[in-house]
Amino acid sequence: MLRVDAIQEGIVLDHIRAGTGLRIFEELGLGKTGYTVALLMNVPSTKLGRKDMIKISGVLDLDLTLLGLLDPGISVNHIENGQVNKKINPGLPERVEGFIRCKNPRCITSIEPSAQVLFTLVRAAAKEYQCFYCGERVRV
Amino acid sequence: MAIPKVARSLYGRHFVDALDFTCEEYESLFSLSSAVVRSPLEFTAICRGKLMATLFFEPSTRTRLSFEAAMVRLGGQVISVADPQTSSAAKGESVADTIRTVAGYADLIVMRHPKEGAAKLAALYSPVPLINGGDGAREHPTQTLTDLFTIKSSLGTLDELTVVFCGDLRYGRTVHSLIRALSRYRGTRFFLVSPEELRLPGTLKEEIRGQGLEFQETERLEDALPHAHVLYMTRVQKERFFNEEDYLRLKDAYVVTAERLSALNDGAIIMHPLPRVSEIATEVDEDRRAVYFHQARLGMYARMSLIVHLLGVV
Repeated sequence: MLRVDAIQEGIVLDHIRAGTGLRIFEELGLGKTGYTVALLMNVPSTKLGRKDMIKISGVLDLDLTLLGLLDPGISVNHIENGQVNKKINPGLPERVEGFIRCKNPRCITSIEPSAQVLFTLVRAAAKEYQCFYCGERVRV
Repeated sequence: MAIPKVARSLYGRHFVDALDFTCEEYESLFSLSSAVVRSPLEFTAICRGKLMATLFFEPSTRTRLSFEAAMVRLGGQVISVADPQTSSAAKGESVADTIRTVAGYADLIVMRHPKEGAAKLAALYSPVPLINGGDGAREHPTQTLTDLFTIKSSLGTLDELTVVFCGDLRYGRTVHSLIRALSRYRGTRFFLVSPEELRLPGTLKEEIRGQGLEFQETERLEDALPHAHVLYMTRVQKERFFNEEDYLRLKDAYVVTAERLSALNDGAIIMHPLPRVSEIATEVDEDRRAVYFHQARLGMYARMSLIVHLLGVV
């Protein structure tokens, strides 16, 4: 059994759907931060069967919106003094700024540099979001 | 004649989407529009000293003229971009910057833009009321205001009506806005008549269903005509197609003639947002149920009422 030490201060992303961990690692830019990071893949899990995990030592703040979008079932554990201080399940975010691009070629965001791309959740069951500007719907 | 009491809640507001205003606020707009129709001379100086800017980044004849006529008839003045090809947009200026600049000159801005959601973006940056004069295939709220006012003036009510939409229901923005607006009135029923390629988008059908309203889709106008209180015809718009072949194939899918209209009730009205191409035969113009040119005139009065409300000048 592979073992990775517990961290004293930082964040543990748990219950990541198996196979999604690497994408989350890349989207969060963890390879470039300089933090000590462990990415564990296909870890046995009673809840999921297999899961991915990411342990980040030293960091105490992450973009929960982004995490919720990538994997709404994820658990975000904040670790202080070696103990879980706070546990958050981000779920699907109601508003997403700047992460989803509108695919409608007629949308104003396709030509306007100042437009802050904004999507709002319209159907959680289908993971469907709607562009604030043109109303185009996308599934994430 | 006394000027009717207006909804103060509209003062300083933008008008980007037909649903930005409540049915009560629309009533206030209709009430003042009717007052202008009855006594236009009462309103000739009401906007003296006010300046309206019209920014049309896409060709328009009637909407722009209607707005400009409305402001001039209210005693206000108009500045406008003569040709979008030579405007700041052609030099690469963003919509946000253009709006912030123009808002420094004018008390009110009317904007038409080919991109969807452009008016929503502009409203975020405009410190003065901004009216959406059409943004791509998405919204054209003052056409909706015009259409509702025409129906109300002609039939006396907006409740319990059966409205037949015919033609391009997929790209026709006036249709989308009007369907959403009519969905808020009691007992509205829709017939949606179009070729399969130009059917109403699924999301809008979901909205109608969500409101608990009835609608029927058909490719045969004859099925719908006997039920109609309102027949709303639309043009198949060339500029909404990427492919000219598709346009040519579908542009004459439905043509209304005097003979076809024998199935339409005497008390019904025939509307069209104009310009018409070939979808209504010119012989129909003589039919007393044809209100489309009157509708265009009422649009000017409705815009006069809108300007007065947004500027808060009464």
